[in-house]
Formats: sequence, structure tokens, C-alpha cells
Amino acid sequence: MDPSRTGDEIGSPTDEMDEIVKEFLVESNEGLDRFDRDLLALEKDRLSRELLDSVFRAIHTLKGTGGVLGYEKLVALAHAGESVLSRMRDGTLRLSPEITTVLLAMGDALRRMVGEIAASGKEGDSDYPDLLEKLVAVLNAGRPAAQTTVVQAKVARIEGDVPPRLGDILVTSQACRPDDVEAAAELQREGDARLIGKILVDGGVACAQAVAEGLAVQSDHRDLSSNTIRVDVALLDRVMNLVGELVLARNQVLQFTASQEDSGFLSTAQRLNLITTELQEGVMKTRMQPIGNVWNKLPRIVRDLSVGCGKRVEVQMEGADTELDKTIIEAIKDPLTHIVRNAVDHGIERPEVRTAAGKPPEGHLLLRAYHEGGQVNIEISDDGAGMDTEKLKAKAIAKGLITADQAARMSERELLNLAFAPGLSTARQVSNISGRGVGMDVVKTNIEKIGGTVDLQSTHAKGTLLRIKIPLTLAIIPALIVTSGGERFAIPQVSLIELVRCESEQAGIEDIHGATVYRLRGNLLPLVDLNRELQLASQRNSESVNIVVLQAGERQFGLVVDEINDTEEIVVKPLSKQLKSVACFAGATIMGDGHVALILDVLGLAQMARVLCEVREQSLAEHASGASETAARRESWLLFRIGQSGRMAIPLSLVSRLEEFPASSIERYADREVIQYRGQIMPLVRLSQALGYAGSADSELLQVVVYSANGRSVGLVVDEILDIAEQAADVQHIQQTETLKGAAVIQQRVTDLLDVPALLAGQKLMAAEGARA
Amino acid sequence: MNRRRQLCTFFLQDLYFGVEVEKVQEVIRYQEMTGIPLAPAVIAGLINLRGQIVTAIDLRRQLELADRQAGRLPMNVVIRRDDGPISLLVDEIGDVVEVEEDSFENPPHTLESRRREFLRGVYKLNDKLLLLLDTEKAVSVAGAHAA
Repeated sequence: MDPSRTGDEIGSPTDEMDEIVKEFLVESNEGLDRFDRDLLALEKDRLSRELLDSVFRAIHTLKGTGGVLGYEKLVALAHAGESVLSRMRDGTLRLSPEITTVLLAMGDALRRMVGEIAASGKEGDSDYPDLLEKLVAVLNAGRPAAQTTVVQAKVARIEGDVPPRLGDILVTSQACRPDDVEAAAELQREGDARLIGKILVDGGVACAQAVAEGLAVQSDHRDLSSNTIRVDVALLDRVMNLVGELVLARNQVLQFTASQEDSGFLSTAQRLNLITTELQEGVMKTRMQPIGNVWNKLPRIVRDLSVGCGKRVEVQMEGADTELDKTIIEAIKDPLTHIVRNAVDHGIERPEVRTAAGKPPEGHLLLRAYHEGGQVNIEISDDGAGMDTEKLKAKAIAKGLITADQAARMSERELLNLAFAPGLSTARQVSNISGRGVGMDVVKTNIEKIGGTVDLQSTHAKGTLLRIKIPLTLAIIPALIVTSGGERFAIPQVSLIELVRCESEQAGIEDIHGATVYRLRGNLLPLVDLNRELQLASQRNSESVNIVVLQAGERQFGLVVDEINDTEEIVVKPLSKQLKSVACFAGATIMGDGHVALILDVLGLAQMARVLCEVREQSLAEHASGASETAARRESWLLFRIGQSGRMAIPLSLVSRLEEFPASSIERYADREVIQYRGQIMPLVRLSQALGYAGSADSELLQVVVYSANGRSVGLVVDEILDIAEQAADVQHIQQTETLKGAAVIQQRVTDLLDVPALLAGQKLMAAEGARA
Repeated sequence: MNRRRQLCTFFLQDLYFGVEVEKVQEVIRYQEMTGIPLAPAVIAGLINLRGQIVTAIDLRRQLELADRQAGRLPMNVVIRRDDGPISLLVDEIGDVVEVEEDSFENPPHTLESRRREFLRGVYKLNDKLLLLLDTEKAVSVAGAHAA
């Protein structure tokens, strides 16, 4: 440490920032993170000497290096904090929540200064007089001021941080008393050339064995620091890229070997194969980081937040060493922070509320991470108030996100998922932390962007569990290769549900009013033709149809492609920014034969094909005047025909399945047509009869719309399923009857809207009569 | 001031273009390309440049010239950029020529404005004019959306 050097001599503008300063910045940020983390741990475990030492070392190093580089304000502040910590090390000061708060504030101020240095090369204008005052107040609390200088003098003599001094080790292991070490150090300063261990042993205050052990501990520390090196992430990325290319070259060589017989060449190729695989795994590992790296920041956030809103929260972590690719770690950092903020802000109640509810006053927040089937699960659970689905419902209706009708039909799970809808926040009070109604939807989008899923479970008054599933890595992913229009495309395996091959066009594919659907086990699966969406020339052989069933967000759809090839591990490469406007591609990859193939962005494709309703809704909303009323009524409708000309619609959300039954399977029970369906007796209602439409033919096969409510099902027999339309239905009450809500123009045609609950009540079904076996 | 600079030159229709050599990563013959459905028309496709995926921009389309005759394969002038290389498809590659700064002039106003946007200026050579391409403009795809 050479205090004669000042900042002016170095006076480094950013572009001239030399290696030392850079290293100082990296080290300081790490040190401050460690400081926060260990200080919070220390608050729980106040007697831990190890934690206290770590906290102390972090600040001490910062002060030392900062001094060398001439950052005087930083040194002054760190010095004040160090003095406080030093008193704690002496045992003359106990850590209290107030002291923790002041020390954390100091950490923040130091972090700001470090940030300032990184940005401008200078430590900023503020020298934080208030903070210094507080630190001095803490320092002087309950002791005469005169002793302060002694502490400072002593602190200033401690040199270096890692490895710890032998004297400190000996004191910690109680091999000798602090005074003896101090005296020995004094001798050294006065010119005694002997090593400190020797002085202690010679002086008879420590035994030789204890000193030897101490030295071993010290050298362990040394080894640890020389076993790891810091590597620039950009370099790792480059190495990763090169390995990706090597994998491709290896694949090409392996393809070539198929036509070769030279055994020497074949065994070399085999060796190349093995080494490449191992190298790939090794490099992947270098990019893996424990999720703890992200979690470590959370206790601090929780603490600040809970103190701010008068709550008590304990954070528990399980599986902090679960490893994830660095890019994924980066991507989940913000969503995780937001979820945790939410849990503390909205989830966990104030102590008095908790006590009244018979819960311990301290809330419990559990972070859990574990591997499962090639994916990483992250769970964030709290034992707070949980989500009130009634409140969510009311809010969503008030905001016009759903109608009261829709809300009444929604399942508990669907209601919970409203929390992810844009523009919804259930916090009664908008705090400065969360509750502005942006957030959960962003969380969901961000996690889905990296191929993950979010699931929410919540019990009112019991707590909330949020489960995130994400892939281990994004760099190399398994993908399904398909061919369409003569080009190959890769589809990430995570979105893949199943593959369906129809031997002929007739087998379940229905093309109604331009919208194609496929009956997959009774459910209607919207179909998207890849050739049509991408404007490719079809090279399909007419007979069979290949459908790739994909999951896009909450919805599923079938992608029709020319040919399904194989699954392969592909190296994902980003597309250049010139191509950002094309939403349906997530990147590109190089195939084994050296050709480039595009990776489909399933969500983007679904949105483009309007399988998801958002896009269509938006464009409709622009057209609609007096939007809010119409916007609220926008839904998916199932269109069907009854009689010869009766065109009717019911909201698709009411339909649980579409079935076909042979007329011969109808049985009679209590004067009513029933059918055995999934272990239940399901009553049938022939709509043409019930509504008085004529001209219904007695067909061999009944088209049945299964309606379920409260665990019971009723089959509505229609004459033909026409289509599924997604649009705003402007209901016009021209002629309202008991069973018709009115009429609306759907797909440019006047369509009656059937009021199913009213109809069933009229039929004395659902409301009065039981339908269970 | 009589500074000299080296330009990598190429031909496009009957036009003679140059790009500063420092900006050119390499010049390669025609590479097989993967077309990108729905991409803006100026983007010709993706090429595999030794394991790196590079977007190729058809300079003829960018400058609104007539399309290359069928069967005539373009050459790649790979431009070095901070966010990865970009290839410009051109008709023919010329020599690397040394030009003098005092033969430089701003783009003539008689040029169509669309084409002038892509030029930084003109070098008057003895026998012809050498157009200095603005590579930033050449690789930018303005607000391009799917056809």
C-alpha cells in the first residue's frame, strides 16, 4: 500500500483504464456481493467467526486496493465500515439489525462508487457524510471515543487478505492468545527477522504442532486461490463456438467414414468422435454456473423489502449448487427477482396478520432447484396469503380482460393463470416495489423465450408455489428435422408433443371455411400448413399428411410439413439483426452435410398463423369502435348446424370435447336418451328437437358436443360441426328466447347464440337432475 | 494532402464499386445458400462460412438494379463487422486498387437519390469512375417486413 500515489497520477479515463483498475472492479464487485451475502448470513449466525472474517476481509481488501489506486472517498468509507467490523471481531460490539442496515447501506454506497469508477474512471462526487456519521455513531456506541483510534491503528496493520495471516489462524483455532500474536508482530516490526510462527514457538506461547497446522491451513488457502483462474466470458463463448464447429466437422467426417474401409482411418475417426464428444461436454461445463450465483442476491432483496414493509421473512434455499448454462442464468435473473419480490410484497403477510391466522410470525420463502429429465426445475414457494381467485376474477372482469360469463366458467387453474395476464395486479395498494401490473406477464414471456414454462399453484391463505422448468442449455439442443418445400427446418424438441401421420386427407382433417382442423382424439387441433405460412412451393405427395403437434404457450397446434426426417442435436446460432423482422425463426444451424437449416420459432410461427388469438384480437380491436364492450366479448366460438339450416354457436370454452357416437349405442334411462361415456352415464339432448328445428336426418353417426360443468357432462347432439371462429361477437338481442342469448354475425353470417345453461335448466338437466351413474 | 488508400473493387452490372480493404474480411466464390422464407427481398439467404452462419445481401436488389441473369452465380464480398460478418453478393471481383484522396469527390447529384444513399463518394480514375460503397448502408435492411 503506497498512500503517496493519488488518483490524479493515474487519473484514468475509461479508454485508458489499465488492467489493474479492471481487476480491481471485478474483484470489488465480487467482494461486495460476498459482503452482502455473508453479512446477511452473519445476522442469522452471529457467532460465526468465519463469516465475520469473510465480511471483514471483503471490505479490507476493497480499502487496500482502493488505497493503492488512490480512490480516497472509497477508502474513507470502507475504513469507517472496517472499523465497525473490527470492533465486532474484537468482541466489543454485537451485530444488530440496525448495524446490519448501516453496513449494507455502506456496501451499496461502495458499489455505487465502484460503478462510477467503471463508468467514468472517477469515484463520484458524493463522499456520503450521512453514512459516515452513522458508521461513526455505531462505532462509538457505548464506548469512549478515545479507543476508536486504537482500533483504527490496529486495523491498519492488518495486511493482505488471502491467505489469512498465520497469527489470525492461530488465534481462531485458539492455539494462542491475540495479545501474544500482537506482541510477536510488534517484534517483527521492530526489526526481528524471524517468522511469526518461530517467534511464537520460541516465546513458548504456542506449540510447534499448532503452528504447523496453522501453516497447513494457510497453504490450503493459497492452493485454492491458485487452482482457479478468471476467464473472460467472451473467450469461453468463442471456445464454445469453435467446439460447435468441431462437432459439425466431426459429423461430416463420420458421414464420410461410411464410405471408407481403411481401418486406420476408421479408428482415427472413431477416436476423433469420442474426443469431440468429451471436449464438448467439458466446454459445456465451463459455461455452467450454480444457480446459487443468482440466488445469492435474493436474501438481500428480501431483507430490504421485508424491512421496508414491516414483514419478517426467512429465506431458505435448496439445491443452490444446481448448475445451469450461463446464458440461462442471465435470462432468469430478472424473472426470479421479480417473483421473489412479489412473494414478499403480496404473498407473505405482516407478522400480526400471520399470528392471527395461526401461522408463525416469520414468513417462509423457499427456493428450490433440482434436475429432472434433462431440465431444471426451480420452485419458489411461500407460506403467505396465497392468491385469492375471487379477487383475481373480479379484477380481470373490472379490467375487461374477461367477461363475467367467461369467469364463471373458468377452472381454478385458469383463474390462477390470470395472474400472468398483462395489466393485472391484485395488490390493493400499489407499492413502489411491485403491483404496477407489469411483471408477471413479463416473467412468463421471458421464461418462455428461453424455452421454459411457468406453472402457478396457490391455495388461499396457505401459500403460493411457482414452478419454472427450463432447459439446461440453449447452445446445443435436440431438435426434430423436417422438410417442407424442399428446405429443411429444425423444430426445438421442447415444443414437440407428438407426430401424427394421416394416410389420407379424409382421415380426420376437416377444412371448413378456410380454417383447417384435425380431430385428434376428439379434440379439435388447429392445423398450420408450413408451406403456406412460409410461402414455399409444396412438394408433397398427395396421399399422406404429416402433422407435427406443437405446444405454443397454452395452446397446441398441428404443423403440416412435407416430410419428417429425424431428431438431431443441433448447435443454435443466432440470426443476424437484418433478419430480426422475421418472427418465425429462432436461429439457424449447420447440418451434418454443411448446409444451413433454419430453426423454427414455434411461438412466433403460431402467432403468425394466428393460432394464438393475440394477433387476431389486436387487429380486430383496431377495427372495433367503442372497443371495450366488443373487446370484452371476443371469444372463440364453436359453430354448428342443427336441422337443415339452423346455424348456431356456443362459446368454445363451454365445449370440453367433440365426439362421434354410433346411433346404436344410445340407451334409455328415465325417459331420456343417454350414452355411456367415460364411466359415466351422459344424457343426450337432441338440439334440433329441443329447439324445434325440422329436417334433422336420422343418421348412423351422432355428432356430439360434450358440455361439462360441475363434474357432469351432457352431450348436445348437433347435425354438423361447422367451424371454430375466433372473433368478437356483437350480440344483438333481436329475438331473445329462453334458450337463445340472441344473434350475432360470425364469419359474415347471422348466427344464433345458444344459451347452454338455460337450455339445460329447461331440460331439467344439470340444475335439478343428476346425471351420474 | 495526398493520402492513398486501398480499395477492394467489384462489379455490379456496369458499375465499378470499391470498399476499403480493411473492411473486407475475405472474398469467396459462390457458396450454396439457404433461402429465408418471408425475409426482405434484399436478403439472399444464409451461407455456411467455415461453420459460421453468415447472412448474404444481394447488392443488386439493395441498389434496385435488375436481377442477375439466371445461371450467373454471384461472388461473396464478406464485410467485417462488430456483430459478425455479412456477405454482399456481387457480379465480379476486381483488383485491389490504390486511389489518391485528392481524386475523391462527393456523389454527383445527377445520380438517382436511392442509389446515391449507398455511396460515400466517387474516385476519378484515369479511365473510369470508382464508386465508394457505404457499407453501413449496404448491410442495413430498413424496417423490412415480411412480404
